[in-house]
Amino acid sequence: MRPVTEAELAEAVAGTSGPLLVRGGGTRTLGHAVGEVLETGGLSGVELYEPGALTLVVRAGTPVAEVQRVLAGERQRLAFEVPDMRGLLGREGVSTIGGVVAANASGPRRVQVGACRDACIGVRFVDGSGTVVQNGGRVMKNVTGYDLVKLLAGSRGVLGVLSEVSFKVQAVPEAEATLVIEGLGDEAGLAALRSALGSPFDVSGAARYSGRSLVRVEGMTGSVAYRVRELTARLGGDVTVAEGAASAALWREVRDVVPLQRKAGEVWRVSTLPTVAAEVVARLEGEAVWDWGCGLIWLLLPPGRGAEVAAAVAGRGHATLVKGQGGPVFSTEAPEVAALAAGLRAKFDPRGILNAGMMG
Amino acid sequence: MDMPAPDLGVIARKARIVARLRAVLPPDAVIDALEELRAYECDALTAYRCPPLAAVLPRTTAEVSAVLRVCWEEGVPVVPRGSGTSLAGGAMPTADSVILGVARMNAVIETDYENRFIRVQSGRTNLSVSGAVEAEGFFYAPDPSSQLACAIAGNIAMNSGGAHCLKYGVTTNNLLGVTLVKMDGTVLTLGGPWGEPSGLDLLGVVCGSEGQLGVVTEAWLRILPKPEGARPVLVGFNSNEVAGACVSDIIKAGILPVAIEFMDRPCIRATEAFAKAGYPDCEALLIIEVEGSDAEIAEQLGRIKQIALAHDPVEFREAADEDQAKRIWLGRKSAFGAMGQINDYMCLDGTIPVSSLPFVLKRIGEMSQEFGLDVGNVFHAGDGNMHPLILFNANKPGDLERCEAFGAEILKLCVEVGGCLTGEHGVGIEKRDLMAVQFAPQDMEAQMRVKDVFDPKWLLNPAKVFPLGASAGRREG
Repeated sequence: MRPVTEAELAEAVAGTSGPLLVRGGGTRTLGHAVGEVLETGGLSGVELYEPGALTLVVRAGTPVAEVQRVLAGERQRLAFEVPDMRGLLGREGVSTIGGVVAANASGPRRVQVGACRDACIGVRFVDGSGTVVQNGGRVMKNVTGYDLVKLLAGSRGVLGVLSEVSFKVQAVPEAEATLVIEGLGDEAGLAALRSALGSPFDVSGAARYSGRSLVRVEGMTGSVAYRVRELTARLGGDVTVAEGAASAALWREVRDVVPLQRKAGEVWRVSTLPTVAAEVVARLEGEAVWDWGCGLIWLLLPPGRGAEVAAAVAGRGHATLVKGQGGPVFSTEAPEVAALAAGLRAKFDPRGILNAGMMG
Repeated sequence: MDMPAPDLGVIARKARIVARLRAVLPPDAVIDALEELRAYECDALTAYRCPPLAAVLPRTTAEVSAVLRVCWEEGVPVVPRGSGTSLAGGAMPTADSVILGVARMNAVIETDYENRFIRVQSGRTNLSVSGAVEAEGFFYAPDPSSQLACAIAGNIAMNSGGAHCLKYGVTTNNLLGVTLVKMDGTVLTLGGPWGEPSGLDLLGVVCGSEGQLGVVTEAWLRILPKPEGARPVLVGFNSNEVAGACVSDIIKAGILPVAIEFMDRPCIRATEAFAKAGYPDCEALLIIEVEGSDAEIAEQLGRIKQIALAHDPVEFREAADEDQAKRIWLGRKSAFGAMGQINDYMCLDGTIPVSSLPFVLKRIGEMSQEFGLDVGNVFHAGDGNMHPLILFNANKPGDLERCEAFGAEILKLCVEVGGCLTGEHGVGIEKRDLMAVQFAPQDMEAQMRVKDVFDPKWLLNPAKVFPLGASAGRREG
């Protein structure tokens, strides 16, 4: 099914009896849901764009590339840096903005500006009964009623099918630069990232891979130069500075997890505390890409290590199997939390037809 | 303002309920004498008052759980209360309800500068969270103007904002996790210091749910390193349109001030008479604050000056030192007090798209004439969050009702132009009956289904947020 209007989408959901596999472009789908494919790619186009208010309202099936093109025309962007997962997951297809929201997909700048869910200020969606629901809106300060925007962001289609999303967008800064710090082991290299994030220098990226730690600053030209000097003095080590396009290229590698692409094995996405990140990786002995000041670890491991991964993060984070065969994909939640999640799914999708089997 | 008729059966069982509460709490934690309950009869929306059946002041999550379990078993509504600073009546009780105050739960449980979070009990005041990490050079970003008094519990319930949220976001963007007690006494953890949920973002919907889904007893909050410095400028304009265009141009230029505050002429005149900050007598005034090192501040203000001067302001005032910076903020910070000197006032909180600012201010001026009540506008201009202050005389019969009717019309206008009823104060009882202006029945139904899951008996703060007619079937079970 590929509806082209919200009304058609509502009819499609209301009129079906079987399970539905909801997807945008299918470029970042995880889990084991099965069913008839319901694609949102037909719901495409910008509803409203007001650069002076930093507001964008767009239909959920709009390609991410189209959103980025429209914003770039006004020197603006989505602040949270949408990851492109096609390389890592070996997928084809056109990533949609609704899929990004449904996965709460957020890149390196999350340490400074928050995740996709923090930039998302409104949604329209069709619930499992085929009813159209709106929540939030187009203004960035809004506490009217419950915040279903946050609940829908990252819900991977299990509560409803997104038909429209609104964002607070960001102006592209004048300049960017990245400190590339070499010659430090993992412990010291990760400590440097934490030190950078604990500084007043408004760091917008803090990552580590292939033995290098990266620290990014963005803003006005003079300010970027000033902060590069201050951070260089603060962090020590063997520092070189990448500016402009060279800096941006480094962060695309982090964002899209390029170092782990096309390698044999399974890829885990571990969310944990920065101070225990090095220990988690040392314990599991895999190749790692650390992002978010090491609060996020992309970890390449041989197949079948699920139990060890779960044990390594128990009580201090969680892990998702993003690339691999078999086994549970999402971490197990505490029973009382899982019961609430199941209760919400039953209310929003009483027939259990939306991405059944996904997210536990 | 209608409230549901109290459950007379509950009131008749007061002695038994209080005895059961005393059995699970220390002796000084249960209040049931009417003269002492007066302290809990309202929050900062003082026009409406009703003493509760009883009030409890637990000190631990376990005590909160025990209290809720008793009330759940007895079918007693519970109204959670932080510091009672809600302007929306979020903590207003009914005669058959138990107030659960978290004021005694104010400890810092853990500070972790390496991982940049603090974990506190939810009764801790907003400002004292920053106070706890200040010595290490950190702060907690959301800064509602009641921050000296308001509790983190209330901030989470209302998803509070503040003057600096243009850069730092509101509570939901700075909240990492909570310990939540459900109405049936179940204790659970949502989120955590790593700040990303593994499944559905339940924390995201708890934040801003106005105490209707559970009682938050502890919270992990993100802390940020303090900027090196901050400095404001003041810009005066002879038209609201031009001031609005200036705001828009600053935002489009990619400069991200931490605050852009807007005051209109009635508000400027009132604050001048009161605080004598030396503001120009003009139609619209902007206070724009930027952060960073001295050189970074100079760079940003240079650009802002360039943009502002292109709009031909009547005044562009920079602060040469700390004292001059304070004078720029003085009038803005005195605005509410100044309006209060003139008369009683009602403070509204709608948000509008920034582009609608001139139209909305013009309409508010016209409505002010129609209703015969003066209004001054203070405004977080960067994000469109308005605070019209309507002046009225509480001792004059009919004035409060006229003021409320005027307020309702302003909020409807906010929704009409694409905005919303409340940007940071919450719905409470104040805007409950306007919800249908913004939401279709199925939109509210979706929200109420969330409450059905967390609180199936609808005992937690039940008569708030949703119009009484919409929630009646659920509340009456």
